[in-house]
Amino acid sequence: MNTERTGVSGSLESCDALVIVVLPSDSEGLEIEIDSPSIASFGEEMRKSVRETLESVGVFRGSVKIQDRGSLDCTLRARVETAARRALAGDVREKVNT
Amino acid sequence: MTGRRLRRTSLYIPGTNPGMLANASVYGADSIILDLEDGVPVSEKDAARILVRNALRAIRYRGVEVTVRVNALCTPFGKDDFEEIIPMAPDAIRLPKCESAEDVRQSDALMSELESRNGIQPGTVQIIAITESASGGTKLSEIAAASPRIEALNYGAEDYTADIGAVRTKEGHELDDIRAKVIVAARIAGVQALDSVFGDVNDMDGLYAEAFRVRQLGFDGKSVIHPRQIPVVHSAFTPSEKEIKFAKRVMKAFHEAASRGSGVIALDGRMIDAPVVARAQKIIALAEAAGCLLIEG
Repeated sequence: MNTERTGVSGSLESCDALVIVVLPSDSEGLEIEIDSPSIASFGEEMRKSVRETLESVGVFRGSVKIQDRGSLDCTLRARVETAARRALAGDVREKVNT
Repeated sequence: MTGRRLRRTSLYIPGTNPGMLANASVYGADSIILDLEDGVPVSEKDAARILVRNALRAIRYRGVEVTVRVNALCTPFGKDDFEEIIPMAPDAIRLPKCESAEDVRQSDALMSELESRNGIQPGTVQIIAITESASGGTKLSEIAAASPRIEALNYGAEDYTADIGAVRTKEGHELDDIRAKVIVAARIAGVQALDSVFGDVNDMDGLYAEAFRVRQLGFDGKSVIHPRQIPVVHSAFTPSEKEIKFAKRVMKAFHEAASRGSGVIALDGRMIDAPVVARAQKIIALAEAAGCLLIEG
Protein backbone atom coordinates (compact mmCIF):
# COMPACT_ATOMS: atom_id res chain seq x y z
CA MET A 1 0.00 0.00 0.00
CA ASN A 2 1.33 3.41 -0.94
CA THR A 3 0.89 6.07 1.70
CA GLU A 4 1.71 9.74 1.96
CA ARG A 5 2.03 12.41 4.60
CA THR A 6 1.56 16.10 3.88
CA GLY A 7 2.73 19.21 5.72
CA VAL A 8 1.83 22.80 4.87
CA SER A 9 3.37 26.02 6.16
CA GLY A 10 3.49 29.72 5.37
CA SER A 11 1.20 31.97 3.39
CA LEU A 12 0.80 33.90 0.16
CA GLU A 13 1.40 37.22 1.94
CA SER A 14 4.22 39.46 0.73
CA CYS A 15 7.66 38.40 2.05
CA ASP A 16 6.36 34.92 2.79
CA ALA A 17 6.16 31.58 0.98
CA LEU A 18 3.54 28.86 0.97
CA VAL A 19 5.21 25.48 1.20
CA ILE A 20 3.65 22.05 0.75
CA VAL A 21 5.76 19.02 1.55
CA VAL A 22 4.46 15.59 0.56
CA LEU A 23 6.25 12.51 1.81
CA PRO A 24 5.06 9.48 -0.12
CA SER A 25 6.33 6.08 0.84
CA ASP A 26 7.15 5.12 -2.71
CA SER A 27 9.13 8.04 -4.13
CA GLU A 28 12.77 8.22 -5.08
CA GLY A 29 14.71 11.42 -4.45
CA LEU A 30 13.48 14.95 -3.93
CA GLU A 31 11.22 16.78 -6.34
CA ILE A 32 11.29 20.55 -5.82
CA GLU A 33 8.91 22.90 -7.62
CA ILE A 34 9.29 26.62 -7.04
CA ASP A 35 7.11 29.45 -8.30
CA SER A 36 8.85 32.71 -7.45
CA PRO A 37 9.49 36.20 -8.86
CA SER A 38 13.13 35.58 -7.93
CA ILE A 39 13.46 32.25 -9.71
CA ALA A 40 15.50 33.61 -12.63
CA SER A 41 18.09 35.21 -10.38
CA PHE A 42 18.10 32.97 -7.34
CA GLY A 43 16.53 29.70 -8.45
CA GLU A 44 19.61 27.60 -7.80
CA GLU A 45 20.23 29.16 -4.38
CA MET A 46 16.60 28.60 -3.43
CA ARG A 47 16.74 24.94 -4.46
CA LYS A 48 19.94 24.53 -2.46
CA SER A 49 18.31 26.07 0.63
CA VAL A 50 15.28 23.83 0.27
CA ARG A 51 17.39 20.71 -0.16
CA GLU A 52 19.70 21.56 2.78
CA THR A 53 16.75 22.30 5.04
CA LEU A 54 14.95 19.09 4.20
CA GLU A 55 18.10 17.03 4.71
CA SER A 56 18.69 18.72 8.09
CA VAL A 57 15.41 17.25 9.34
CA GLY A 58 16.02 13.87 7.73
CA VAL A 59 13.93 14.22 4.58
CA PHE A 60 15.71 12.81 1.53
CA ARG A 61 12.78 11.92 -0.65
CA GLY A 62 9.39 13.40 -1.38
CA SER A 63 8.01 16.40 -3.18
CA VAL A 64 8.01 20.08 -2.27
CA LYS A 65 5.87 22.72 -3.89
CA ILE A 66 6.67 26.35 -3.09
CA GLN A 67 4.78 29.51 -3.99
CA ASP A 68 7.20 32.24 -3.04
CA ARG A 69 6.18 35.86 -2.50
CA GLY A 70 9.61 37.42 -2.08
CA SER A 71 10.65 35.63 1.08
CA LEU A 72 14.11 36.01 2.58
CA ASP A 73 16.26 32.91 2.62
CA CYS A 74 15.75 32.54 6.38
CA THR A 75 11.96 32.68 5.87
CA LEU A 76 12.02 30.13 3.05
CA ARG A 77 14.11 27.79 5.16
CA ALA A 78 11.75 28.24 8.13
CA ARG A 79 8.66 27.50 6.04
CA VAL A 80 10.24 24.42 4.48
CA GLU A 81 11.41 23.11 7.86
CA THR A 82 7.98 23.66 9.43
CA ALA A 83 6.14 21.99 6.55
CA ALA A 84 8.57 19.04 6.62
CA ARG A 85 8.27 18.63 10.39
CA ARG A 86 4.49 18.77 10.11
CA ALA A 87 4.57 16.14 7.37
CA LEU A 88 6.86 13.91 9.44
CA ALA A 89 4.56 14.25 12.45
CA GLY A 90 1.36 13.99 10.48
CA ASP A 91 -1.11 11.20 10.03
CA VAL A 92 -0.25 8.63 7.39
CA ARG A 93 -2.90 8.60 4.69
CA GLU A 94 -3.43 6.06 1.98
CA LYS A 95 -2.35 7.46 -1.35
CA VAL A 96 -5.04 7.51 -3.99
CA ASN A 97 -3.59 6.63 -7.36
CA THR A 98 -5.42 8.33 -10.18
CA MET B 1 15.82 54.54 35.15
CA THR B 2 18.80 52.61 36.38
CA GLY B 3 22.13 52.67 34.59
CA ARG B 4 20.70 50.10 32.19
CA ARG B 5 19.96 50.54 28.51
CA LEU B 6 17.25 52.84 27.25
CA ARG B 7 13.88 51.11 26.87
CA ARG B 8 11.35 53.87 26.26
CA THR B 9 9.54 51.70 23.75
CA SER B 10 9.35 47.94 23.26
CA LEU B 11 7.61 47.04 20.00
CA TYR B 12 5.74 43.75 19.68
CA ILE B 13 6.40 41.94 16.40
CA PRO B 14 4.21 38.88 15.73
CA GLY B 15 6.42 35.82 15.31
CA THR B 16 4.20 34.72 12.43
CA ASN B 17 4.88 37.73 10.19
CA PRO B 18 8.05 37.41 8.07
CA GLY B 19 7.76 40.93 6.65
CA MET B 20 7.59 42.58 10.05
CA LEU B 21 10.33 40.33 11.40
CA ALA B 22 12.61 41.39 8.55
CA ASN B 23 11.96 45.10 9.17
CA ALA B 24 11.64 45.03 12.96
CA SER B 25 14.60 47.28 13.61
CA VAL B 26 13.68 50.09 11.21
CA TYR B 27 10.72 51.49 13.14
CA GLY B 28 12.85 53.28 15.74
CA ALA B 29 11.83 51.41 18.89
CA ASP B 30 14.46 51.07 21.61
CA SER B 31 13.61 47.39 21.97
CA ILE B 32 11.77 44.85 19.86
CA ILE B 33 9.78 41.88 21.13
CA LEU B 34 9.64 38.99 18.68
CA ASP B 35 6.49 37.37 19.97
CA LEU B 36 5.89 33.64 20.29
CA GLU B 37 3.20 33.92 22.94
CA ASP B 38 -0.20 35.61 22.82
CA GLY B 39 0.35 37.07 19.35
CA VAL B 40 0.63 33.59 17.86
CA PRO B 41 -2.29 31.15 17.44
CA VAL B 42 -1.77 27.73 18.96
CA SER B 43 -1.81 26.13 15.50
CA GLU B 44 1.18 28.31 14.45
CA LYS B 45 3.38 27.98 17.53
CA ASP B 46 5.77 25.61 15.76
CA ALA B 47 6.01 27.80 12.65
CA ALA B 48 6.61 31.00 14.65
CA ARG B 49 9.29 29.36 16.78
CA ILE B 50 11.25 28.25 13.68
CA LEU B 51 10.69 31.54 11.85
CA VAL B 52 11.90 33.64 14.80
CA ARG B 53 14.87 31.34 15.37
CA ASN B 54 15.90 31.73 11.73
CA ALA B 55 15.37 35.50 11.86
CA LEU B 56 17.64 35.75 14.91
CA ARG B 57 20.24 33.68 13.10
CA ALA B 58 20.15 35.57 9.79
CA ILE B 59 18.99 39.15 10.31
CA ARG B 60 21.28 41.81 11.74
CA TYR B 61 19.08 43.98 13.93
CA ARG B 62 21.14 47.14 14.32
CA GLY B 63 20.71 49.77 17.01
CA VAL B 64 17.92 48.02 18.85
CA GLU B 65 17.60 45.61 21.75
CA VAL B 66 16.35 42.23 20.50
CA THR B 67 14.10 40.29 22.84
CA VAL B 68 11.80 37.31 22.39
CA ARG B 69 8.58 36.73 24.30
CA VAL B 70 8.63 32.98 24.74
CA ASN B 71 5.78 30.88 26.07
CA ALA B 72 6.03 30.13 29.77
CA LEU B 73 7.56 26.83 30.84
CA CYS B 74 4.23 25.82 32.38
CA THR B 75 2.70 25.66 28.87
CA PRO B 76 3.19 22.89 26.29
CA PHE B 77 5.25 25.28 24.15
CA GLY B 78 7.69 26.81 26.63
CA LYS B 79 10.46 24.23 26.66
CA ASP B 80 10.62 24.02 22.85
CA ASP B 81 10.76 27.82 22.67
CA PHE B 82 13.69 27.97 25.07
CA GLU B 83 15.54 25.21 23.23
CA GLU B 84 15.27 26.98 19.88
CA ILE B 85 15.67 30.59 21.00
CA ILE B 86 18.32 30.61 23.75
CA PRO B 87 21.07 29.20 21.43
CA MET B 88 20.50 32.27 19.21
CA ALA B 89 21.46 34.48 22.20
CA PRO B 90 18.95 37.31 21.91
CA ASP B 91 19.61 40.21 24.30
CA ALA B 92 16.77 39.06 26.54
CA ILE B 93 13.72 36.91 26.76
CA ARG B 94 10.42 38.29 27.97
CA LEU B 95 9.09 35.75 30.44
CA PRO B 96 5.28 35.78 30.64
CA LYS B 97 3.19 34.32 33.46
CA CYS B 98 6.07 35.05 35.80
CA GLU B 99 4.26 34.71 39.10
CA SER B 100 6.93 33.57 41.56
CA ALA B 101 10.67 33.42 42.17
CA GLU B 102 10.47 29.72 41.30
CA ASP B 103 9.21 30.58 37.79
CA VAL B 104 12.32 32.69 37.29
CA ARG B 105 14.67 30.11 38.77
CA GLN B 106 13.31 27.32 36.56
CA SER B 107 13.79 29.45 33.47
CA ASP B 108 17.22 30.59 34.63
CA ALA B 109 18.38 26.98 35.14
CA LEU B 110 17.20 25.88 31.71
CA MET B 111 18.77 28.95 30.10
CA SER B 112 22.11 28.25 31.78
CA GLU B 113 22.03 24.65 30.58
CA LEU B 114 21.23 25.71 27.01
CA GLU B 115 23.83 28.48 27.04
CA SER B 116 26.53 26.07 28.24
CA ARG B 117 25.55 23.45 25.67
CA ASN B 118 25.81 26.04 22.87
CA GLY B 119 29.05 27.71 23.85
CA ILE B 120 27.42 30.83 25.28
CA GLN B 121 28.58 32.26 28.60
CA PRO B 122 25.87 31.33 31.15
CA GLY B 123 23.97 34.42 32.19
CA THR B 124 24.34 36.14 28.82
CA VAL B 125 20.63 36.23 27.94
CA GLN B 126 18.73 38.55 30.26
CA ILE B 127 15.16 38.19 31.51
CA ILE B 128 12.38 40.75 31.48
CA ALA B 129 9.71 39.32 33.79
CA ILE B 130 6.04 39.79 32.94
CA THR B 131 3.64 39.35 35.84
CA GLU B 132 0.01 38.73 34.95
CA SER B 133 -1.85 37.65 38.09
CA ALA B 134 -2.92 38.93 41.48
CA SER B 135 -0.68 36.34 43.10
CA GLY B 136 2.32 37.43 41.04
CA GLY B 137 1.58 41.04 41.88
CA THR B 138 2.26 40.28 45.55
CA LYS B 139 5.61 38.62 44.77
CA LEU B 140 7.28 41.17 42.54
CA SER B 141 10.16 41.83 44.91
CA GLU B 142 11.09 38.15 45.09
CA ILE B 143 10.69 37.82 41.32
CA ALA B 144 13.01 40.78 40.76
CA ALA B 145 15.61 39.30 43.11
CA ALA B 146 15.37 35.70 41.88
CA SER B 147 18.12 35.93 39.26
CA PRO B 148 20.87 38.32 38.21
CA ARG B 149 19.44 37.93 34.71
CA ILE B 150 16.41 40.02 35.66
CA GLU B 151 16.73 43.29 33.79
CA ALA B 152 13.25 44.75 34.15
CA LEU B 153 9.79 44.11 35.54
CA ASN B 154 6.74 44.34 33.31
CA TYR B 155 3.10 43.39 33.77
CA GLY B 156 0.34 42.18 31.47
CA ALA B 157 -2.53 44.63 31.81
CA GLU B 158 -5.27 42.49 30.28
CA ASP B 159 -4.48 39.28 32.16
CA TYR B 160 -3.87 41.11 35.43
CA THR B 161 -7.11 43.07 35.38
CA ALA B 162 -9.03 39.95 34.37
CA ASP B 163 -7.48 38.10 37.30
CA ILE B 164 -8.39 40.75 39.87
CA GLY B 165 -11.86 41.19 38.39
CA ALA B 166 -11.36 44.80 37.33
CA VAL B 167 -13.07 46.49 34.41
CA ARG B 168 -10.69 47.82 31.76
CA THR B 169 -11.11 51.52 31.12
CA LYS B 170 -9.36 54.03 28.92
CA GLU B 171 -8.34 56.02 32.00
CA GLY B 172 -6.59 52.95 33.40
CA HIS B 173 -7.18 53.58 37.11
CA GLU B 174 -7.66 49.82 37.53
CA LEU B 175 -3.90 49.55 36.90
CA ASP B 176 -2.88 52.00 39.65
CA ASP B 177 -2.28 49.15 42.07
CA ILE B 178 -0.06 46.96 39.87
CA ARG B 179 1.83 49.96 38.49
CA ALA B 180 2.75 51.06 42.01
CA LYS B 181 3.84 47.53 42.90
CA VAL B 182 5.99 47.17 39.77
CA ILE B 183 7.69 50.52 40.35
CA VAL B 184 8.49 49.87 44.00
CA ALA B 185 9.74 46.31 43.43
CA ALA B 186 11.87 47.43 40.47
CA ARG B 187 13.45 50.23 42.44
CA ILE B 188 14.24 47.97 45.39
CA ALA B 189 15.94 45.48 43.07
CA GLY B 190 17.67 48.14 40.95
CA VAL B 191 16.03 47.00 37.73
CA GLN B 192 13.82 48.84 35.25
CA ALA B 193 10.03 49.17 35.37
CA LEU B 194 8.24 48.82 32.05
CA ASP B 195 4.58 49.65 31.47
CA SER B 196 2.11 47.56 29.50
CA VAL B 197 0.52 48.38 26.14
CA PHE B 198 -2.10 50.99 25.24
CA GLY B 199 -4.49 49.06 23.06
CA ASP B 200 -6.18 51.74 20.93
CA VAL B 201 -3.81 52.36 18.02
CA ASN B 202 -6.00 55.19 16.71
CA ASP B 203 -6.02 57.25 19.93
CA MET B 204 -2.70 59.08 19.94
CA ASP B 205 -3.84 61.67 22.50
CA GLY B 206 -4.86 58.92 24.89
CA LEU B 207 -1.57 57.13 24.33
CA TYR B 208 0.44 60.29 24.98
CA ALA B 209 -1.49 61.03 28.16
CA GLU B 210 -0.98 57.51 29.49
CA ALA B 211 2.71 57.40 28.55
CA PHE B 212 3.30 60.82 30.14
CA ARG B 213 1.53 59.69 33.31
CA VAL B 214 3.51 56.45 33.65
CA ARG B 215 6.76 58.33 33.12
CA GLN B 216 5.74 60.62 35.98
CA LEU B 217 5.06 57.54 38.10
CA GLY B 218 8.61 56.36 37.48
CA PHE B 219 8.33 53.88 34.63
CA ASP B 220 11.29 53.62 32.26
CA GLY B 221 9.26 52.77 29.18
CA LYS B 222 6.17 51.26 27.68
CA SER B 223 5.34 48.41 25.33
CA VAL B 224 3.76 49.34 21.99
CA ILE B 225 1.81 47.27 19.49
CA HIS B 226 2.09 49.44 16.38
CA PRO B 227 5.03 51.38 14.92
CA ARG B 228 2.99 54.60 14.83
CA GLN B 229 2.84 54.51 18.64
CA ILE B 230 6.64 54.75 18.92
CA PRO B 231 7.19 58.51 18.33
CA VAL B 232 4.26 59.33 20.61
CA VAL B 233 5.71 57.36 23.52
CA HIS B 234 9.19 58.71 22.86
CA SER B 235 7.76 62.20 22.95
CA ALA B 236 6.07 61.52 26.30
CA PHE B 237 9.35 60.16 27.65
CA THR B 238 11.33 63.17 26.40
CA PRO B 239 12.05 65.65 29.20
CA SER B 240 10.87 69.23 28.82
CA GLU B 241 13.29 72.05 28.05
CA LYS B 242 12.94 73.28 31.62
CA GLU B 243 13.75 69.83 33.02
CA ILE B 244 16.81 69.48 30.79
CA LYS B 245 18.19 72.91 31.70
CA PHE B 246 17.79 72.21 35.40
CA ALA B 247 19.33 68.74 35.08
CA LYS B 248 22.36 70.16 33.28
CA ARG B 249 22.84 72.78 35.99
CA VAL B 250 22.57 70.09 38.67
CA MET B 251 25.19 67.95 36.93
CA LYS B 252 27.48 70.96 36.47
CA ALA B 253 27.23 71.78 40.17
CA PHE B 254 27.78 68.13 41.02
CA HIS B 255 30.96 67.90 38.93
CA GLU B 256 32.28 71.22 40.28
CA ALA B 257 31.73 70.04 43.85
CA ALA B 258 33.42 66.72 43.05
CA SER B 259 36.45 68.49 41.55
CA ARG B 260 36.77 70.54 44.72
CA GLY B 261 36.56 67.36 46.77
CA SER B 262 33.42 68.67 48.36
CA GLY B 263 30.51 66.40 49.19
CA VAL B 264 28.16 69.34 49.59
CA ILE B 265 26.41 70.58 46.48
CA ALA B 266 24.47 73.80 46.36
CA LEU B 267 22.46 75.28 43.52
CA ASP B 268 20.61 78.59 43.76
CA GLY B 269 21.21 78.45 47.51
CA ARG B 270 19.56 75.04 47.85
CA MET B 271 21.18 71.77 48.81
CA ILE B 272 21.35 69.21 46.03
CA ASP B 273 21.38 65.66 47.37
CA ALA B 274 21.88 62.25 45.79
CA PRO B 275 18.28 61.64 44.65
CA VAL B 276 18.26 64.97 42.80
CA VAL B 277 21.53 64.06 41.07
CA ALA B 278 20.14 60.63 40.16
CA ARG B 279 17.02 62.24 38.71
CA ALA B 280 19.15 64.69 36.75
CA GLN B 281 21.23 61.82 35.34
CA LYS B 282 18.05 60.09 34.21
CA ILE B 283 16.77 63.24 32.50
CA ILE B 284 20.11 63.76 30.76
CA ALA B 285 20.03 60.15 29.49
CA LEU B 286 16.50 60.54 28.18
CA ALA B 287 17.34 63.90 26.58
CA GLU B 288 20.44 62.43 25.00
CA ALA B 289 18.39 59.58 23.52
CA ALA B 290 15.89 62.06 22.15
CA GLY B 291 18.62 64.27 20.71
CA CYS B 292 17.69 67.20 22.97
CA LEU B 293 21.00 67.83 24.72
CA LEU B 294 21.82 70.86 22.60
CA ILE B 295 19.45 72.97 24.69
CA GLU B 296 21.55 75.63 26.41
CA GLY B 297 21.86 74.86 30.09
